Amino acid sequence: MYIYDDFDHAFLTERNRQFRAQVQRRIDGALTEDEFKPLRLMNGLYLQLHAYMLRVAIPYGSLNPHQMRKLAAIADRFDKGYGHFTTRQNIQYNWPRLSDVPDILDALAEVGLHAIQTSGNTIRNVTSDHFAGAAADEIADPRPVAELIRQWSTDHPEFQFLPRKFKVAVTGSEIDRAVTRAHDIGLRMLRRNGVPGFEVIVGGGLGRTPMIGKVLRDFLPVADLLPYLEAVVATYNLLGRRDNKYKARIKITVHENGIERVRDLVEARFTEIAPQFDAAATAAQLARIETMFKAPALHATSDLAYQAAYSADPLFRAWADTNLHPHRDADHAIVTISLKAHGETPGDATSDQMRLIADLAEAYGHGEIRISHEQNVILPHVARADLPAVHKALRVQGLATANVGLISDIIACPGMDYCALATARSIPVAQEIATHFDALKLEHDIGPLKIKISGCINACGHHHVGHIGILGLDRAGVEYYQITLGGDGTEDAHLGERTGPGFAYDQIVPAIDRIVRAYLHQRIDRNESFLEAYRRLGAAPFKAALYESEAANAP
Amino acid sequence: MPRETLPQVVTANALIEGDVVYLSADHGWTRHLQQALVLTNTTDAEIALAEADSRISEVVGCYLTDVRVTASGPQPVHFREDFRRRGPSNYAHGKQAAAATAA
Repeated sequence: MYIYDDFDHAFLTERNRQFRAQVQRRIDGALTEDEFKPLRLMNGLYLQLHAYMLRVAIPYGSLNPHQMRKLAAIADRFDKGYGHFTTRQNIQYNWPRLSDVPDILDALAEVGLHAIQTSGNTIRNVTSDHFAGAAADEIADPRPVAELIRQWSTDHPEFQFLPRKFKVAVTGSEIDRAVTRAHDIGLRMLRRNGVPGFEVIVGGGLGRTPMIGKVLRDFLPVADLLPYLEAVVATYNLLGRRDNKYKARIKITVHENGIERVRDLVEARFTEIAPQFDAAATAAQLARIETMFKAPALHATSDLAYQAAYSADPLFRAWADTNLHPHRDADHAIVTISLKAHGETPGDATSDQMRLIADLAEAYGHGEIRISHEQNVILPHVARADLPAVHKALRVQGLATANVGLISDIIACPGMDYCALATARSIPVAQEIATHFDALKLEHDIGPLKIKISGCINACGHHHVGHIGILGLDRAGVEYYQITLGGDGTEDAHLGERTGPGFAYDQIVPAIDRIVRAYLHQRIDRNESFLEAYRRLGAAPFKAALYESEAANAP
Repeated sequence: MPRETLPQVVTANALIEGDVVYLSADHGWTRHLQQALVLTNTTDAEIALAEADSRISEVVGCYLTDVRVTASGPQPVHFREDFRRRGPSNYAHGKQAAAATAA
């Protein structure tokens, strides 16, 4: 993974020194909150409902064990012994004291982590495929490019006050695990006539006005990447609306101006600025970064231990069936560690769990850890022979839940339990859905099903692309939940459709139960997933299940 | 029909800890809604808010919020304020932890 050089260390040290002084001036009363707020947001520090929240960037979701142990140590020393992994591959601390934040940032800097541009109207943490460098279906590892973009965008002087926040995602596989079509810019790596490049997608996003991104350039050679990105963001910086926060994202710019006009402006700007970029220096830097992302040396191992455990241990078998993904090397597997134990908070990990993950990554995983946008943790390179030992160790810390991709593997934003913007709670809804279907022992029978929950219209919980999406709202002072069906965040990206009237807090789990039972009754067989059944049947049978029984019970 | 005018309290977050606080009758800050200064007319409420807003080295984000006055003290009207008073529902952290320690 990327290793900081002297420039990076010096930059971060200076930035942290500045912020420490800014915090001190705020505490002394020399800065008002209005003056301080943009400064703290530039450094990832929010004020939430009950406390401050510090959002730490995990660049493209990659961590080493040393960094994970530092995250655990910070959770113990400065927070309440846990952290919350988010849908943007970041980690959030929910309880830091303002006066401790400079020390937290210094501790993070020791391991090459920071909270810069995790908030504010800037280019945010670049996200990527959490199986990068490991998946059998991969064309190229997207992480070096993501790192190059991180370096280009960090503290970029032209892009510190954009009309609105700006999110970039990169994938190196045809199978889109990075939701590239729901980002301000999505980059899909591909090769044309042997030349590596990108399909550039622009103007995707969820939130208040969900949009699937459009292709801005069907092939962009790697050498043109930075000037082209700069042209896109510069065009948006001028053209994007600043009169209305809700119309300020680039998706609205593209929608209002049309993709053709945006393309013309971007291409014109690109032609203008490309000569100012030193293509040779960029290529050299990318080559330098690529050497840091060399694939680990994988050794052939025997499959016997795996086979023995698989046939003897039903718990291991269930876990292996759901939590493993094919590695490009047949003797290895990609392990997803579920942070969705039934009844627990999606995405939360205790400091003990973080330390165990770090230990396992070191012992069995070539020192690599990934955080997924689905709020799970990945060990990307585990020898199949070691899987029984990994599973056994995970069980000790409650990390062996066999539910990846199933109904309890729910994305949930923090919602009104923490977030100042939320209009309703998300976490308890996720907890109750998970425990409900676990108690019925239906989860594995139901099969692949993605439920995604947002506690407000900003859609951090990606509800629009959930097979079942749940949106929590405040209707006349009461929590109220709308359901969408048929969303999909993959390469076949599709926005879910609203079923109709929403449900009260105590009615949302029964409503989800009715949808799931309608699926179980109507599917052709177990091989037809919920999403496939929905696409075949349309919304009608699900709406009938949702509302007809309710009408029958009405007084 | 004009909307019912409810009594209000001034609430904010403590500058250092971020804890939810309320302006109290002695013009200090309390973490307990029961001890909040209840403001029954708009003028008093606006004066209290202006005073609270000026105390920039103590609190962040002051605003007025409606309460219902009951025998057990002021109660939040909106569920958001109920969560702010209580703490998150997934863990006994924040005010719940403080309440457990105090008990």
